[in-house]
Amino acid sequence: MTKIILSAVAGAAALTLGAHAASAQTLEAVKAKGYIQCGVSTGLAGFSNTDDAGEWTGLDVDFCRAMAAAIFDDPAAVRFSPLSAVERFTALQSGEIDVLSRNTTWTMSRDTALGLNFVGVTFYDGQGFMVPAELNVDSALQLSGASVCVQSGTTTELNLTDYFSANNMEYNPVVFEGLEEVNAAYNAGRCDVYTTDSSGLYAIRLTLDNPDDHVVLPELISKEPLGPAVRRGDDQWFGIAKWVYYGLVYAEELGISSENLEEMLASENPDVRRALGGDGTFGADMGLENDWLVKIVRHVGNYGEVFERNVGADSPLQIERGLNALYTDGGLQYGMPIR
Amino acid sequence: MTIATIDSSASQPARASLFYDPVIRGVVFQVLLALFIIYLVYSGVTNAANNLARAGIATGFGFLNNRAGFDIGQSLIPYTANSTYRQAFFVGLTNTIFVAAIGIFFATILGFIVGIARLSKNFLVRKVAEVYVETLRNIPLLLQLLFWYKAVLSALPAPRGSIEMFNSSVFLNNRGLIMPHYLAEAGASIFYASIAIGIAVAVVIARWAKKRQMATGQIFPTIRVALGLIIGVPLVVLFVLGVPFTAEYPELSGFNFSGGTTIRPEFMALLLGLSLYTAAFIAEIVRAGILAVSKGQTEAAFSLGLRPNTTMRLVIIPQALRVIIPPLTSQYLNLTKNSSLAIAVGYPDLVSVFSGTVANQTGQAVEVISITMIVYLTLSLLTSAFMNWFNSRVALVER
Repeated sequence: MTKIILSAVAGAAALTLGAHAASAQTLEAVKAKGYIQCGVSTGLAGFSNTDDAGEWTGLDVDFCRAMAAAIFDDPAAVRFSPLSAVERFTALQSGEIDVLSRNTTWTMSRDTALGLNFVGVTFYDGQGFMVPAELNVDSALQLSGASVCVQSGTTTELNLTDYFSANNMEYNPVVFEGLEEVNAAYNAGRCDVYTTDSSGLYAIRLTLDNPDDHVVLPELISKEPLGPAVRRGDDQWFGIAKWVYYGLVYAEELGISSENLEEMLASENPDVRRALGGDGTFGADMGLENDWLVKIVRHVGNYGEVFERNVGADSPLQIERGLNALYTDGGLQYGMPIR
Repeated sequence: MTIATIDSSASQPARASLFYDPVIRGVVFQVLLALFIIYLVYSGVTNAANNLARAGIATGFGFLNNRAGFDIGQSLIPYTANSTYRQAFFVGLTNTIFVAAIGIFFATILGFIVGIARLSKNFLVRKVAEVYVETLRNIPLLLQLLFWYKAVLSALPAPRGSIEMFNSSVFLNNRGLIMPHYLAEAGASIFYASIAIGIAVAVVIARWAKKRQMATGQIFPTIRVALGLIIGVPLVVLFVLGVPFTAEYPELSGFNFSGGTTIRPEFMALLLGLSLYTAAFIAEIVRAGILAVSKGQTEAAFSLGLRPNTTMRLVIIPQALRVIIPPLTSQYLNLTKNSSLAIAVGYPDLVSVFSGTVANQTGQAVEVISITMIVYLTLSLLTSAFMNWFNSRVALVER
């Protein structure tokens, strides 16, 4: 009862929040408006960034394009909402966006207490540190007394605190809400250390005035499984998001790529036939067309293609597949069987 | 006969129909409106509560007792990562009040100086004040904050190239202004006591002087005597005691200076932005207040033989104050609320710490935003109550 009385104060905010969170039929709503509203970061090379032509590109962006391809057969049927770390969960909870694809770490509290359902892990990452090379630091354990730039409201902020206190080191946090502000502060020398997910560090290093003057330290101090999330309470939409992710990985496992899709459509391999809608009603069962995966691979490619194009060998970031390789290659990416 | 008819018609309609009774009508409509508002709030709250529950979002205020787990760069009260979210809230709250109070102090002083300068007979003084007001009033505060933070303070050298001042005891660099930290020794309490006694004696003398002036017309140099008591006497005490303070000087070690006290650039940028911006508005209020005092008052004061400074202090300003205080109150409220722009320059105020980090770490946006709104409402009402009290004290008493 006290809860209710106290939340009364939220007034108008609570009213709007309630009104949207109640809608359960996301797929119908998305079909009716003709596009997916996708929450992405405000600009992180390799994950979600606008290119010279003003088009959004990146790994997180391609996940939304894959969903749009599966639903509308059109990877452009997506509108992007750039969100700060602080804004992202409220945007999803309140119904402002349909899917959050914003290098967000899957944690237990987020999964249980925030009204979110994590879809899968599109990128296995870990938190690291970047420092100017002139400081001659070669281990994170030498960072006691440093000023550390960090983005507020992130798991990064919490891991940082834990790591420094576990190693009996002091530090001065310099905290900003926006990624651009953190970058600018580090670039201007306001802090000695930049900490975020290591993929982010490599991306941000490219945007600094002199990338070669900065080194990423070897320590990874946390597990950061990054993946998209949807609102809780709509199992159908959750299922679609989940299977778009599994579909991307499964297509790579089966060797189906945007290059060989036409040959694969003629394949007699029963696994391939089921995946591409030749057998069964797998697509229809989740509310889409049976050739949902064909549309994804045709427009966006498989997981490996998406990875290499945005963050891997074909991108300026040059991140190794590492943990993000298929399980058959010693990585952690594993597409659930389609059958 | 006619009179009787009029009498009856005047009281009759009220009794004839309750429907047309203005008193009953008023009550009915007020009750209906109240019921409607209660229903609106009730349905809003239950709707929100139901939807939050259905969406699986945790609700309630229990989270305030959980471990926060993050650090805050500047804290006036004890706080570590092991403190609770409630303590993080108080850190944000005290940081907000701190920057707002100091901002109000500087904005008021600067605003009064610039406002009076705008009316100066000296062309240069007048024009400088005008340019100040017109420039700072017309540039959005957010831009000014970013200007101070990024263009001015970030451009300072790194710790190793610090600007050294006062015989290498004060350093200025892009990590802030680093000053020696003074630790009290035995005997410091006598020094503190001498300040308190100085203030008390000054108050007594001021009362006596006022009473004497009322009775005899003789003027006592209250301000000079008070300054001597409050500053001079403690200074003498300080040296008699042999300065009972040890200074801890900042030293460059590792990445940055250790020891000493640091004023962080985030705080400086916010304070500069808030006070300079608000001072421009206060200057205009002061100017308008002074212009609102009839010119005859000045002429009358001059004809009594008062000098311009005395006229300003004893005749013009007291009368101008009653015009100045109400809009001044709203500037104080604005400054307090504008301090929430701290988030742009990384100063850990209430909005940044609580409705930013805490809301995001716990995901309980509804509760956190509610608390934040209540806090700003309370701060505004308190400021406004104080200023109304002050206004009633200085309001023109008509005799």
